[in-house]
Amino acid sequence: MSARPGSLARREAVAGYLFIAPAVLGFLLWTAGPMLASIWLATTDWDLIRAPRPVGLANVQHLLEDDLFWTALVATAYYTVVHVPLALALAFAIALLLNVHVRAIGFFRTVYYLPSIVPAVANAVLWVWIFNSEFGLLNLGLETLGLPKVAWLQDPSWAMPALILMSLWSLGATMVIYLAGLQGVPQHLYEAAAIDGAGALPRFWHVTVPMLSPIIFFNLVMQIIGSFQVFTAGYIMTRGGPQNATLFYVLYLFQNAFQYFKMGYASAMAWVLFLIVLGFSLLVFRYVGRLVHYEESR
Amino acid sequence: MAAVALARPWAARVRLGRVAARAAVLGALSVGAVLMAAPFLWLLSSALKDPSKIWLFPPQWIPNPVRWSNFAEALTSAPFPTYARNTLVIVLANEVGVLASASLAAYGFARLRFPGRDLIFMVLLSTIMLPWAVVMVPNYIIFRQLGWLDTPLPLIVPHWFGGGPFYIFLLRQFFRTLPADLSDAARIDGCGELGIYARIILPLAKSALAAVAIFVFLQHWNDFMAPLIYLSKPSNLTLSLGLAAFRDVYSTQWHYLMAASVVVVIPSVLVFFFAQRHFVQGIAMTGMRA
Repeated sequence: MSARPGSLARREAVAGYLFIAPAVLGFLLWTAGPMLASIWLATTDWDLIRAPRPVGLANVQHLLEDDLFWTALVATAYYTVVHVPLALALAFAIALLLNVHVRAIGFFRTVYYLPSIVPAVANAVLWVWIFNSEFGLLNLGLETLGLPKVAWLQDPSWAMPALILMSLWSLGATMVIYLAGLQGVPQHLYEAAAIDGAGALPRFWHVTVPMLSPIIFFNLVMQIIGSFQVFTAGYIMTRGGPQNATLFYVLYLFQNAFQYFKMGYASAMAWVLFLIVLGFSLLVFRYVGRLVHYEESR
Repeated sequence: MAAVALARPWAARVRLGRVAARAAVLGALSVGAVLMAAPFLWLLSSALKDPSKIWLFPPQWIPNPVRWSNFAEALTSAPFPTYARNTLVIVLANEVGVLASASLAAYGFARLRFPGRDLIFMVLLSTIMLPWAVVMVPNYIIFRQLGWLDTPLPLIVPHWFGGGPFYIFLLRQFFRTLPADLSDAARIDGCGELGIYARIILPLAKSALAAVAIFVFLQHWNDFMAPLIYLSKPSNLTLSLGLAAFRDVYSTQWHYLMAASVVVVIPSVLVFFFAQRHFVQGIAMTGMRA
């Protein structure tokens, strides 16, 4: 009798491995394998035409001496540091408003969500027109208010703020995740706090924020990782300019790989990106993760 | 009695406060909604304008005359029907591959027990955080060696292997909510795991599968970077690539650029409106990790 359950369990395990086999194979073929291959690629000089030439750590050394690499790193850091807090706070504020049951709330939720489904290229083309220095929507608005016009995408000090402003139009996913979290906060917690005499602001700080902290954390991590990957806006709208003000890291990586055909150099950049993202994630999990409040009952 | 008399002015003040708060929320939402809608109205209005009316101050929000021919002229000045067909092929092939392979993996992770299951799942899930750019160069070289450049294959085949950790995660979360008795009863009746997956679990998971289908559509309809590195011949471009190329040629013909953009945006908007419920549920589920 004792052999029966064992063989059943074995059969279930075999079935389990077969079910996940395609996904595991995909992981090995398109993620783990390529990552290992890119360690080797990063130690070569390869233009795709001649055979790859081993160069050891020369690519990493060039990287550290490459002014554009540092420019790209700083531009990406600038975007991340400004975009992430703004995006998290704004999406949270909108979600709080959208969680109030006022008239036509369904309509409002749709209007606030809709920008997020606009394809990235169409979005970029539209915003180039909105940022147009003569007849763009934004400058027409400034003119109406009696303010001076801004050469949004032509001025090196305005290009990055412009792209960050644009990014705040498409916060739909972050917003909806907050909203779902808000709807999951048990009403009795608010009632208990109200009975204890807590006003709206204390209720927000002592009930809403702790209850939502796992979701705030999730959004924070996803926003940081998303910020490291910005590409389309820089590629379509500014080509990394003016004066490399919007040369995002991934854009510079792309240029090295597919415009200058420096495959080894681009692979070294890719590994540096991986280490940066890994380092950031560990830092965030270590220092922000412990502020997260998890319900005991889970 | 005294208590009621005391409570009344308090209750009235609370009610008044609530009405005022609601009015404030409605006001804030309305102002925000105007800001969110303005770029859309600007897009639509520019797409329908006569080129001579593009450069007016104050701007014409309602174009006069309405120039519908912008659409026909923009769409015939580049092979947009070809772009649309190429995009559709990629999107549909991904729908099939992702729905099938992600649901298989999700079934394994959610409803079967085997050694190493949770560790393997965590490893797969952690790749959500891996920027695609990290594996972009080696993947490009793999597909170059296979001779698949300038074909849709690099944009399809990888997604047939599990479909991506995000979709596996989403479906696994859903499959785990289905009662175990269902599978146990079928197993007693001699049904194999593949049968349980296909005949019991999948039919019950229609809403989760619909959410995945919508995400897959939007992901591949909108994708730019991967098509950009793999496709180059004009006859192979997707809509996003085609629109980017169109922008380079007609860089100041805003009425054409906006008309073409409207055409690229419309299918996404339609999909969103028809499937809004599944969509919002799907996104909400992504934030719900234990």
